[in-house]
Amino acid sequence: MNSTSRRRRLTAATVTALAVAVSACSTGSGSTDTKGAGGGTYTIWDPYPQFDKGSDWAKLLDQCGTKAKVKVKRTAFDTSDLGNKTLLAAQQGNSPDVLIVDNPVVSTLAEAGVLTTTDDNKLDTSKVDPNLLAAGQSGGKIYGTPIGANTLALYYNKEVLQKAGVDIASVKDWTSLTAALAKVKKAGKKGITFSAIGTEEGSFQFLPWFWGSGAKLTELDSAQAVSALSLWKDWLKSGYAPNSVLNNTQTTSWQEFAGGDYAFAENGTWQLANAKKAGFDYGVLPIPADTGGNAAAPTGGEFVTVPVQKDTGRYATAQKLVTCLTSGDNLYNTDTTLSYVAPDGEVQDKQVAANADLKPWVDAVKAAKGRTSDDLGTKYPKISEQMWKAVQSALSGSKSPKDALSEAQSAAK
Amino acid sequence: MNHTTQLPDHRSEGVRNGAAAATPHSARSTERRRPASPQWAAWAFLTPVTLYLLLFYAYPLYRNLDLSLRDYTVRSFVQGDAPFTGLANYREVFADPVFAPALLHTAVFTAVCLVFQYAIGLALAVFFHQNFRLSATLRALFLVPWLLPLIVSASTWSWMLNSESGVVNAALHAIGIGPVNWLTSPSWSLTSVIIANIWIGVPFNLVVLHSGLQSIPASLYEAAAIDGANAWQRFWRVTFPLLRPVSAITLLLGLIYTLKVFDIIWIMTKGGPADSSTTFATWSYRLGFGNLLPAFGPGAAVGNLLVVAALVFGLVYVRVQRKQALS
Repeated sequence: MNSTSRRRRLTAATVTALAVAVSACSTGSGSTDTKGAGGGTYTIWDPYPQFDKGSDWAKLLDQCGTKAKVKVKRTAFDTSDLGNKTLLAAQQGNSPDVLIVDNPVVSTLAEAGVLTTTDDNKLDTSKVDPNLLAAGQSGGKIYGTPIGANTLALYYNKEVLQKAGVDIASVKDWTSLTAALAKVKKAGKKGITFSAIGTEEGSFQFLPWFWGSGAKLTELDSAQAVSALSLWKDWLKSGYAPNSVLNNTQTTSWQEFAGGDYAFAENGTWQLANAKKAGFDYGVLPIPADTGGNAAAPTGGEFVTVPVQKDTGRYATAQKLVTCLTSGDNLYNTDTTLSYVAPDGEVQDKQVAANADLKPWVDAVKAAKGRTSDDLGTKYPKISEQMWKAVQSALSGSKSPKDALSEAQSAAK
Repeated sequence: MNHTTQLPDHRSEGVRNGAAAATPHSARSTERRRPASPQWAAWAFLTPVTLYLLLFYAYPLYRNLDLSLRDYTVRSFVQGDAPFTGLANYREVFADPVFAPALLHTAVFTAVCLVFQYAIGLALAVFFHQNFRLSATLRALFLVPWLLPLIVSASTWSWMLNSESGVVNAALHAIGIGPVNWLTSPSWSLTSVIIANIWIGVPFNLVVLHSGLQSIPASLYEAAAIDGANAWQRFWRVTFPLLRPVSAITLLLGLIYTLKVFDIIWIMTKGGPADSSTTFATWSYRLGFGNLLPAFGPGAAVGNLLVVAALVFGLVYVRVQRKQALS
């Protein structure tokens, strides 16, 4: 009878007392202390716990280490943990030498003074597409280089659309998309699924519609923003989208689509491998904007960064490691493993040549926009939290889209 | 029964050690002089516990208090030069529009869970006390919620209560009731997490109350039966009063644990939609970790409010314990 209560107490303690996390973390990352003494060991943190020691990714890291004549020690974290883990490590003075981190976190870490700029670490970012690099820029400085990018688009189930008599070429803007959903519903199938959960994931999924309406993140309560939220709200009200979207992560939303009943699903590049396994004929469509054309979708994917060290002599080797990871064939291999679109044009062409399915995704990534771009930087997390709250309030029916968004705007200021 | 003794054990350990340290001291002064080693030995024995307490209780508490009294930004968190702002974080938390609903939800969640967990636990304990065939097996089955990791049970609940494909809505549909948006409607989400938490908490109450029942002598029931008491009267006149000390402790422990339930709510609803199932525990987590830009100060302030609440009830618990020991 002790175990539950103890576990509960433990969980609660971790939650309420941040300090517990501090001490737990310092013991956890204590092993990185060796790097100072060893000299030849460099630590790399990444958010890819799905890759174990024998994976291509781990092997690539070792190869790059051998090339730079150092030993590489890799630690994988859950992506949602990594930002806070890094802050805590920086506070304790044992940051990793190379950090691979989700792109919207870069500006927060840069603001905290945890990351070096390209002036210090001498990384070459000249080949990187500027719209992707923007997520790692703040105040005119560049804090890292993208390892790969992904974004959102609409997957569609060809069989369902055919039965409902929808020609996918007719779906060009919001009106025609909604009309298609109505036809699908009439045919007894389900319309569209997405994720509107109350976390960053929810904001990520809402952004293509938000930007597609012409709204700006600095003005959450604009008429365009209200029209985007009303679009989702009306889909729910008319039964074109399920009520479960409020609790869907992108993974659960994908599972709904993979069930075969849904005509559309908003999801990312990373589901491409699963789409082939789904057992039905699918297609990919860039998310349409309100009045036609493609909406800008937010970029996903990680940045490779070099955290600040006391011993600035370590940057030279760290730079070698990063360059090894993000150039030429290695970049191609990494992005293929991760199912990402490469951040530079040459490698993108190579990817499309090898796999034609990637073509719509490369186009989508080229049109995509970083969440922290436009010099929003650390303002973005606050705006995003208010945005997902507004989406949840409106979709659950507790507030109208207009009220929810004007409240969000006043809270985000 | 480890539970009930755990906390006082801690205290009495300190007291006992203190006594151990004091006894040789007084002995030395009254009787003939002896080397100081027993006292040193006593201190040496005391050291591990003291260090443990300092390192794992006092220091984290101090850090949490410190966090809540400073204005932390990500930059000052890393560099450790956050300015002292007194109670500004607490004022911010009190003025937050989330505060009132979170307080209400915490109170409702704790009270409702406690009442139902205790009532159901007691009913089952009395039922199983009759020692019918297979009662031990059945009782063991009732422990399952407790043996499952919380992440498993909470995820399972959230699948079952899914508005589209959940088994609960399918069952309701079968008997002709329309679907309920258990987790996605602001009017139902708190109820859903309460139901899940009651299910998880019943076994604890069952086990503690069942062992309490076993300590009531059977002769009392025989005497009551001879006096013509029916089953209902036997329960209210014999079982319930004699179970009072055990009940008090079960309720108090349950209260402290329920107050800070976090994982179930976070996994099932994330405190949403629209804060409709946010309690202090989930709010504190969301402030500190739920956003790309952590607000450590206010997060720690909410955490401290929870600690204070738990401390108050902890003191009540200690008092009740002491009273029981005296009677």
